[in-house]
Amino acid sequence: MPKSATPSRLAVRKTYKLYVAGKFPRSESGRTYLVDGDNVALASRKDARDAVVAARAAQPGWAGATAYNRGQVLYRIAEMLEARRAEFKSLGVAGAEVDAAVDRWVWYAGWSDKIAQVAGGANPVAGPYFNISAPEPTGVVGVIAPGSLLGLVSVVAPAVVTGNTVVVVASNPQAAITLGEVLATSDVPGGVVNVLTGRAAEIAPWLASHDDVNALDLSGVDDTELATELERAAAGTLKRVLRPTSGVDYTEDPGTGPMTALLEIKTVWHPKGF
Amino acid sequence: MSLFEYAPAPESRSIVDIAPSYGLFIDGEFGEAKDTFKTINPADEEVLTEVALAAPEDVDRAVAAARRAFESWSALPGSERAKYLFRIARILQERSRELAVLESLDNGKPIKESRDVDLPLVAAHFFYYAGWADKLKYAGLGPDPRPLGVAGQVIPWNFPLLMLAWKIAPALATGNTVVLKPAETTPLSALFFADVCRQADLPPGVVNIVTGAGDTGRYLVEHPDVNKVAFTGSTEVGRQIARSVAGTGKKLTLELGGKAANIVFDDAPIDQAVEGIVNGIFFNQGHVCCAGSRLLVQESIAEELLTSLKRRMATLRVGDPLDKNTDIGAINSRAQLDRITELSEIGATEGAERWSPECSLPDRGFWFAPTIFTGVTQAHRIAREEIFGPVLSVLTFRTPAEAVEKANNTPYGLSAGIWTEKGSRILAVADKLRAGVVWANTFNKFDPTSPFGGYKESGYGREGGRHGLEAYLA
Repeated sequence: MPKSATPSRLAVRKTYKLYVAGKFPRSESGRTYLVDGDNVALASRKDARDAVVAARAAQPGWAGATAYNRGQVLYRIAEMLEARRAEFKSLGVAGAEVDAAVDRWVWYAGWSDKIAQVAGGANPVAGPYFNISAPEPTGVVGVIAPGSLLGLVSVVAPAVVTGNTVVVVASNPQAAITLGEVLATSDVPGGVVNVLTGRAAEIAPWLASHDDVNALDLSGVDDTELATELERAAAGTLKRVLRPTSGVDYTEDPGTGPMTALLEIKTVWHPKGF
Repeated sequence: MSLFEYAPAPESRSIVDIAPSYGLFIDGEFGEAKDTFKTINPADEEVLTEVALAAPEDVDRAVAAARRAFESWSALPGSERAKYLFRIARILQERSRELAVLESLDNGKPIKESRDVDLPLVAAHFFYYAGWADKLKYAGLGPDPRPLGVAGQVIPWNFPLLMLAWKIAPALATGNTVVLKPAETTPLSALFFADVCRQADLPPGVVNIVTGAGDTGRYLVEHPDVNKVAFTGSTEVGRQIARSVAGTGKKLTLELGGKAANIVFDDAPIDQAVEGIVNGIFFNQGHVCCAGSRLLVQESIAEELLTSLKRRMATLRVGDPLDKNTDIGAINSRAQLDRITELSEIGATEGAERWSPECSLPDRGFWFAPTIFTGVTQAHRIAREEIFGPVLSVLTFRTPAEAVEKANNTPYGLSAGIWTEKGSRILAVADKLRAGVVWANTFNKFDPTSPFGGYKESGYGREGGRHGLEAYLA
């Protein structure tokens, strides 16, 4: 990031903090670490737990919003991200990647009121019953995000579009927190997306073993030993686990898999009769 | 007071020919194993037969056979795989009376349930998935869905043949081959199913049945050459399996325990609700993961409902599983009877009030009278833990919001019931219940087209319906 805008004026730098419950707090630990010349917040176990509390508090309201409304909010994210194109470029993200990230939000925005029709439906049971299956969000998802902006968007968007809320451990702090600023100005309710910056190996185990986290997305975990350890810890409360996706090309069509992996199918029966 | 004297109506067991011993079904052949164990009829504790106890090397052989068979089975056109499954479905229908009697003998469930519920659903499951085998590209799971390889499947003792059907039918339709381990106390219907496979000329190695205990199952799911693990059973074992599968890349589906709330609102038709409550908790002796084991009744009608429920419970006939009049059969094993007895004693000790109708239980075998506990609080162990027996915990609520709160106050999330005449309330409550199956004004209904499976610690993945295919495809 350029440290001065004009020679005659000293630039006002940005402080990169966490994004939790719609606010930008420092790490409760008071720790920071140096990334590309910036002191960014080094999230702690307590920050992770606070973020889970925020995500849980936001989840029923977000899932209870209409699919149309969630789609509008996601489209608004795309608008806000587009407007910050220059800032992301200044953080070293290629223009084409910012474009792809914007387009991905738009793509998922459109899915909000369609995925239930694709993933659910009526079941022709052999009896006088109305029987219908519909997907519902799994709940609170812990996400260990890939390093790129497009990767980050590609794991957060499919989780939240259906009504999940997320706690994201991001490994590209400046871009991730700047994305948090995009979210904070896009009518995304506080707590729907929470972004922690820091070391995945330090924070992720607390999300993996947390009783109030329903699913764990390990997309961004490169270390196979850590991934196995996290998957094992997640078994304690039988969390849904998305395994690491090393080698995934995020520029390709993601399909519906990233959404359906974080959905539960609920089937409702009712008798028919006069 | 009854109008007629009770007369037993026993189904003849002569239709089933149980051999003195059974080996393992591997690569299309029954073969011996070093060790054996006995399986008994829980209704009289008589030994039915001896079956093989699969050792690790036996499981190795079974997995190797399934691996060899996978190459040609997965390469077979879907339409040909379909015909094998249709054949199996037909043979199951033709032998359904024999298999129903066998199931009741080995499991203890009433013949009217094995005959009218288990066996029809078993055949229907094979018919349903047979039809999918050549239509997988239309299932919405991508343009070119592919089988995973060898599936290691471990099933429970409560619906032995039905759980086998839930596992094997979708696995074969999608082009996988299987090694299945039936439960230790109910191995027989799976061994008879092996014979059905032979009658259908299913290629050797496509289905392998290894009988044994927990160690056999553990060895199977941990086998490095297994690509897919499917388990139905307790949440505790489910956790262990999830841990052991971590890092292996094996696809895993788990269908685990439950503590379903059956919610009765003040406007519910009482007689229908009582039938639903009875079906919810006493069907299959309460050995049902989705049993409605917590009755949540609106306070204003609690007294009326309980009076009616008790009157109905007094008419339940407990006894000989082969008697066509029997409503509640034998508890599947002594171990399960001990667990039900222990948790019921804890319920009374913790302050809930216990009630059972007068009923005489047979002298031999494993039996437990239908039981309800009133005055149960959410903190009581009988409101929190899965009892897996004919024991109902009754709690009350005042508002719909309180009902939803209490219903969801459990780590489980398999099923739930709603009883009310108000349509909008059904839909609003169904939306808020965190459970994979919600029965409104009905309970314990199953169908091969209808996906089944849980939220939260009741497991993940779905069995049945289009969704059930996903568990077996990449």
